[in-house]
Amino acid sequence: MGAGLSALLELSGVSRRFGGLRALSDIDLAVERGEVVGLIGPNGAGKTTLVNVVSGVHRASAGRVRFDGEDVTRLRPFQAARRGIARTFQIVQPFPAMTVLENVTAAALFAGGEGSIAEARSQAREHLEFVGLAAVADQPAAQLTLAMRKRLELAKSLAMRPKLLLLDEVNAGLNSVEMDAALGLIRGIAARGVTIVIIEHLMKVVLSLCSRIVVLHHGELIAAGAPAGIVQDERVVQAYLGRRYAAAQAAGG
Amino acid sequence: MKRDALAAVALFALIAALPLSGDSYWMRLGTTMLMYGVLAISWNFIGGMAGYPSFASAAFFGLGAYTGAVAQKLGVPMALAWGLAGIFALAFAAALGLALLRLRGHYFAIASLVVAEVLRELVNAATDLTGGGMGLNLPIPRLASVQAQAVFFFYAMLALAALAFATTLVVVRSRLGFGLRCIQQNESAADMLGVNTTRYKVAAFMLSGVFVGVAGAIYASWLHYIEPPDVFDVLYSVKAIVMVLLGGAGSVFGPLVGAALFLSLEELVWRNYLQVHTGVLGLLIVLLVMFLPRGLMSLRFGVWGRA
Amino acid sequence: MLSLQILANGLILGGLYACIAAGFSLVWGVLNVINILHGSFIVLGGYLAFFAYSIAGIHPFLAILIAAPLFFALGYVLQAGLINRMIAAPVLLTLTLTFGLDLMLSNAMLVAFSADFRKLILEPPLGVLSLGALVLPVDRLSAMALALALTGLLYLVLARSRIGRAIVAVRMDREAAALMGVNVRRIYAVTFGLGALMAGASGALLAMIFPISPLVGPVYLGKAFVICVLGGLGSVPGAMIGGLTLGVVESFGALWFGPEHAVTLSFTLLIVVLVIRPSGLLGRKGYE
Repeated sequence: MGAGLSALLELSGVSRRFGGLRALSDIDLAVERGEVVGLIGPNGAGKTTLVNVVSGVHRASAGRVRFDGEDVTRLRPFQAARRGIARTFQIVQPFPAMTVLENVTAAALFAGGEGSIAEARSQAREHLEFVGLAAVADQPAAQLTLAMRKRLELAKSLAMRPKLLLLDEVNAGLNSVEMDAALGLIRGIAARGVTIVIIEHLMKVVLSLCSRIVVLHHGELIAAGAPAGIVQDERVVQAYLGRRYAAAQAAGG
Repeated sequence: MKRDALAAVALFALIAALPLSGDSYWMRLGTTMLMYGVLAISWNFIGGMAGYPSFASAAFFGLGAYTGAVAQKLGVPMALAWGLAGIFALAFAAALGLALLRLRGHYFAIASLVVAEVLRELVNAATDLTGGGMGLNLPIPRLASVQAQAVFFFYAMLALAALAFATTLVVVRSRLGFGLRCIQQNESAADMLGVNTTRYKVAAFMLSGVFVGVAGAIYASWLHYIEPPDVFDVLYSVKAIVMVLLGGAGSVFGPLVGAALFLSLEELVWRNYLQVHTGVLGLLIVLLVMFLPRGLMSLRFGVWGRA
Repeated sequence: MLSLQILANGLILGGLYACIAAGFSLVWGVLNVINILHGSFIVLGGYLAFFAYSIAGIHPFLAILIAAPLFFALGYVLQAGLINRMIAAPVLLTLTLTFGLDLMLSNAMLVAFSADFRKLILEPPLGVLSLGALVLPVDRLSAMALALALTGLLYLVLARSRIGRAIVAVRMDREAAALMGVNVRRIYAVTFGLGALMAGASGALLAMIFPISPLVGPVYLGKAFVICVLGGLGSVPGAMIGGLTLGVVESFGALWFGPEHAVTLSFTLLIVVLVIRPSGLLGRKGYE
């Protein structure tokens, strides 16, 4: 906890209901600038809902969200995007008939604050270089492989000049080689000063990337803290990690 | 951009030479083709670029026709009446767009279709103002001869079509056009990327209404007489869609190509199969939708033309 | 009491409307296709009943038995042969397709039967039933009863028969249904056939009460739209609720605003409902 004035993202008492279902219950969370925070928990714990609430897709039923000193609880997605909140999707959603370059240009133009389409396009090329997609810039996005689409998502997020990047299962469906490449990119993004919150199932990824871990279960925040403590936390082990994993971690260090 | 603009100027210059032939049949046909062109170009903003299946063209057309006609009846000079019709259509499109553009797919299509019906009935009922079911006679412009009138209305439609087309050229290259395309591809992704989807959709809807409204007003003045089932005819909406499908949705020249082709087919059919002409129109629509949904332009330039 | 009579009129009408809309709603809910031909099917059914009676003396109630299989076959063939090719296409294309088909059908009817209104006059007339202060025309009452019976039959088919359950499965989740061995293409064709059947049959019933002409096709189609927005897609109970609501609204609307405004009233209602609740009054999720 300890939400200081320097916290980039602050959730206070955030709840979200869908009809009778409480997807999020009374979440208090602060993310400091420059952190890489891992968001873990079983399926249905509310991780994606949390990301949706922060990015404006769903409005919190109760509580407040503050971003960079401003109350953003009631913002719509495009407004959140323009303020520097970017997110990726589990199921990647490009603009299928548009080229890879145009996809990233759109991001640079509308959220990244570029003035003209031409300027946005040249910015886009740089981001494509960074993620390694420069070679396919003129291909329709629909023709990309899954791994390349994930990289396209990252490029689009970067083009938005985000202060906060919310990554939702960016590694789903990737093989280990592709995953290492993705992780390298994410580290590069973090090195540029972007604050990152990453939803992830693979503990090895979380442990290697994250400076802090937050655990959700049934819509409640059950634990938050440094990775070493989290993997031994009894509640987390019960809810998600399982005894064998915890034992292996303790033994292997 | 330069190449398209040049081609357009050449095309319109060519069309503008039509009155030199002096043939009133061809001029009537030309005026109608230009009007169809306006309908098609306008629908392209909301249907082709934004991807929303609007059936509201008839509503805008009728509204513009009656606004222009009533204004003229009340003594407003003709050209001013046309401008008024455009402004009215623009405002109506803004209000209607805000109400309806939250709907998607079928619901949007039906709601936009039904609006024309409601407007028609309202106009029908307001007999004192609009003449109701008996129609409305317009004052005849004081021009030298029937011939001069024909030429005048031809050039009026031409100017409108040129304006609408120029707007297309500008929009396609602009932020608005880019944003509309993103919306058409994936609206929620566009939203997440910072596109103000409501504002852009409403803008496209307004563009789809303003020129059609003016066209309706010009049409009313041209014919000197209008009645509700004539100008609120749902076929205007259907034809606009068919013309753009024929030429290629979303492309720049597609609507014009489609309009020209459609009119030629319609005229051919009308002259030869009067009794079954709506049936043949229906057949054309069926064949088009099944075999050439991307239109003719797609065969050469791809869905969006040269960006 | 006048209000009671108006209400009764509205409910009677509503029963008929439910029958009109049930098939349309089913096709929309299951195939995600708005069948613009529905209105013309209704009119065609009306003509069938009219000519069956005036030429062969066949009572409309019997004409339904003839109409049902004919229309089913028509719908089945049309869907399997033509519409199915476009089944995955965007809304704009399927809507325009059925629009074009409807233009063809209504033009054909116009040429064959002319625009003159035909009225089926039963000899001897069925008279009226007096229930206390209520006056209920027997022709309308019996048409409504049959309409309800037909709608109820459709409901039973959907709820109890194998093919009905398959249809509902496809409506809920097409892919899951396919994975469970349902022949989705055949279900589409059967559903469309059922929709056409309901249209033709209700047209035959309507012919007993209202004059027929190709010009009234769009009117019935419009009512079907409104009922679907009010009652939700793909469900018979929804069509019932929507139909009864519309019947009552039109009845009282005719009283307050005059019968010539009935259509405008129902369409305004449609727009208002959609603006307030973009997924229809009962919020039936399923298709847009």
